[in-house]
Amino acid sequence: MELDVVELSRLQFAMTALYHFLFVPLTLGLSILVAIMETVWVMTGRPIWRQMTKFWGTLFGINFVLGVATGITMEFQFGMNWAYYSHYVGDVFGAPLAIEGLMAFFLEATFVGLFFFGWDKLSRVKHLMVAWLVAIGSNFSALWILIANGWMQHPVGAEFNPMTMRMEMTSFFEVVFNEVAQAKFVHTVSAGYVTAAMFVLGVSAWYLLQGRHVELARRSITVASSFGLAAALSVVVLGDESGYDAGQNQKMKLAAIEAMWETEPAPASFTLFGLPDQEARETHYAVHIPYVMGLIGTRSLTEEIPGIAELVEKNEENVRSGLIAYDALMTIQEQQANTPADVMETFEAHSDDLGYAFLLKRYLDDPRQATDEQIKMAANDTVPHVWPMFWSFRIMVGLGMSFIVVLGYFFVTASFNGMRFPRWALRIAVAMIPAPWIAAEMGWIVAEYGRQPWTVDGILPTALSVSHLSVTQLLLTIAGFAIFYTVLFIVEMGLMIKYIKKGPTQDVSVTDQWMAKHEHRLRTHDGNIPEFGPAE
Amino acid sequence: MILHDLISYDLLRVIWWVLLGVLLIGFAMTDGFDMGTGALLPFVAKTDTERRVVINTVGPVWEGNQVWFILGGGAIFAAWPPLYAVSFSGFYLAMFIVLAAFIVRPVAFKYRSKRPSPAWRSAWDWALFAGGAVPALIFGVAVGNVLRGVPFHLTPSLMPIYEGSFWGLLNPFALLTGVVSLSMLIMHGAAWLNLKTEGRIQSRARRFGTTAGAVAIIGYAVAGAWMALMVDGYALVNAVAVDGPSNPLLSEVSKGGSWMASYSARPWIIAAPIMGFAGMLMALRGLTSGGEATTLLWSKLGILGVVSSVGLTMFPFILPSSTEPNSSLTVWDASSSHLTLFVMLVATVIFMPLILMYTSWVYSVLWGKVTEDDVNANGETLY
Repeated sequence: MELDVVELSRLQFAMTALYHFLFVPLTLGLSILVAIMETVWVMTGRPIWRQMTKFWGTLFGINFVLGVATGITMEFQFGMNWAYYSHYVGDVFGAPLAIEGLMAFFLEATFVGLFFFGWDKLSRVKHLMVAWLVAIGSNFSALWILIANGWMQHPVGAEFNPMTMRMEMTSFFEVVFNEVAQAKFVHTVSAGYVTAAMFVLGVSAWYLLQGRHVELARRSITVASSFGLAAALSVVVLGDESGYDAGQNQKMKLAAIEAMWETEPAPASFTLFGLPDQEARETHYAVHIPYVMGLIGTRSLTEEIPGIAELVEKNEENVRSGLIAYDALMTIQEQQANTPADVMETFEAHSDDLGYAFLLKRYLDDPRQATDEQIKMAANDTVPHVWPMFWSFRIMVGLGMSFIVVLGYFFVTASFNGMRFPRWALRIAVAMIPAPWIAAEMGWIVAEYGRQPWTVDGILPTALSVSHLSVTQLLLTIAGFAIFYTVLFIVEMGLMIKYIKKGPTQDVSVTDQWMAKHEHRLRTHDGNIPEFGPAE
Repeated sequence: MILHDLISYDLLRVIWWVLLGVLLIGFAMTDGFDMGTGALLPFVAKTDTERRVVINTVGPVWEGNQVWFILGGGAIFAAWPPLYAVSFSGFYLAMFIVLAAFIVRPVAFKYRSKRPSPAWRSAWDWALFAGGAVPALIFGVAVGNVLRGVPFHLTPSLMPIYEGSFWGLLNPFALLTGVVSLSMLIMHGAAWLNLKTEGRIQSRARRFGTTAGAVAIIGYAVAGAWMALMVDGYALVNAVAVDGPSNPLLSEVSKGGSWMASYSARPWIIAAPIMGFAGMLMALRGLTSGGEATTLLWSKLGILGVVSSVGLTMFPFILPSSTEPNSSLTVWDASSSHLTLFVMLVATVIFMPLILMYTSWVYSVLWGKVTEDDVNANGETLY
């Protein structure tokens, strides 16, 4: 791979986005888990729940701050590294980002400080309200970001304006209620809930293995496994796939995930395993499960899912149509307001395919001079690399299934089997702490790597989206990020481990008050003074 | 949707120009004292407890304050996409440094007191210092460069091409505006510490703040004179369609006049620099003798005057091009579409009052001084 500005910009974006997404899922889920714990504390007045809120809240805080800090990079990066993208689609893409700030990020960031500093300054109910506002803010944040991202995958509610050389919004409603964005939102936040649940479960299991903080750990497992199981089921049932029949690129992505080279008669089979070969357009050693793919992809037995070859053929037509639009656009650019009406009409008729003509810019400056062979190459470029898609999807789904099993097992044991967790199960829970992160990163790869060669599907190729920068500038910032982020990661992990090892802080005065108040009830219930320690 | 025709395109553009100013001023007023406090940290606080007092004055609010910046970036992206594309990619390395500062600062707040080691804490203290001082300086340098015009041009397909270098940003005029910005925000940070602390920290903050305020006032005056006499202004050659398409190449721009022409065309804008001087002078007086809350208010007024004086002087320009003036971005040709501006305005009208309401509530809950006793008594919950 040649290290040009496009490749380096992509590398930098992938690096910083994958890094940012180490912190986001935990924030999404843990904010809600903490708010649930605090709700129980306010409702029951049992100090153990306050202790839980504070303990998981501390870990939430350590993670939250890096999510915020690395999120700023994401926002800056569009302007810094993707200037033409920012110009070309800012009119549509910028709006959800700005609304995210107004509606969601302001909320979570303003109240998160009060969550940590307000324990003695607020009444219980007010503090609980603050905790929920942080959780709601975080989750709304995800909504708007995914509306922006969903538009890149499936651009609706916008059209190209030749006078301003960019995409402009035609319907805010369509942008917000984009089916791909909605599916992504549910899928992503659910994945975040699973991440947090697996994290709480794993850490609690570690305490149980050590025989420490047993009361806190058991209650945490109860909350985490029930919340997590519901979320894990939602990730699968309301999976991202529901959006994959929406647009051309989404269909191509689905075909790549399945390594489905040719269109199969409906309902298509699902390839469980195989070694995709891009050159030969076939999958070696494929193991098929009949019908499953057709069911997942179309929710029907009769609808066909197009294969890669068929999609490439369609895209070749799009390139040719895009060239007509491009030719008209050049006339419009020269003549501006004096453009003849028939040129305008021609442009309108083909403007939806304009982006496909831009694919040729990789091969020559003026797409109008393209040969047949170059047009075929451009159409071929619309196929993402199949094997990374094929495998990251399978790893993600496999892990997703395993979360259902683990969370389900702990849910059943906690609810119906008196919390008698066998040690092997606890060990598995600890070992699986990193797994949701792997699944989430794989999900990012499927969604965004699978979007290539486009930044905005069918509208703007990645190669055209970059800023006018030098390779040196990019290498400098990539090196900067690599060093800087590595240090932060080590610091963060160090603090997380330190605070997990340290365990919860006992709130002696609150506990004593509660003990004094409930002494009578506790004594008569068991017949003697309760055995548990000050944490209770 | 036809609703958006309720407000004309040119009016929406002016509203969004004002809102951009509101966001930048909101950022300078709130996150400004965080940056100033960070820049003052090693000097006003010597012992670990003192430093924790200083850090905890901003501890619960910096996150919300920083959102002004993030929202400012988002609003530029959504309402002024060409400005976002040209400035962020053009000031590439400077932006990277700002970014690094805005990443390290939150982490420093959060992580500093999580380990007892003095070396650990001292390292984060210096990170807080740099995270406050460096962006405060860079923002001022950026403003100076924008006033001078930035070397860029747009291709016919509106791809921004930046022709300058990182070092080119560090010209004498821009360095001067950088000093104004840094010293003004240090003064603002001192006004904040004056309100939130007591004893030795407070008296040190007053001392440093007074010096910084004096530098800011003198620097602002010198920069004003320099701009009037030696910096080229920009002007639109012909009348432009104020509700035309957002294509900067459609208007013709001349370079070589003076920005002072704005003051003869719109004499009332002199109110902005007057407010800047008055606010900073009163804040200076407050730091030596006056009330605590009013000093912070005066300092905010000074910031309001200084920042708006830049915007009003340049109107309708938002980013002039020094090498190809016709590529300059103005209020009339660098905005988003009519519909997008309208949708964003509706969102702002709904959410901005809510934001102001809950932000004030949070500040009121946290009202009062942070003392060494607080920090010692709440070792676990505070930073």
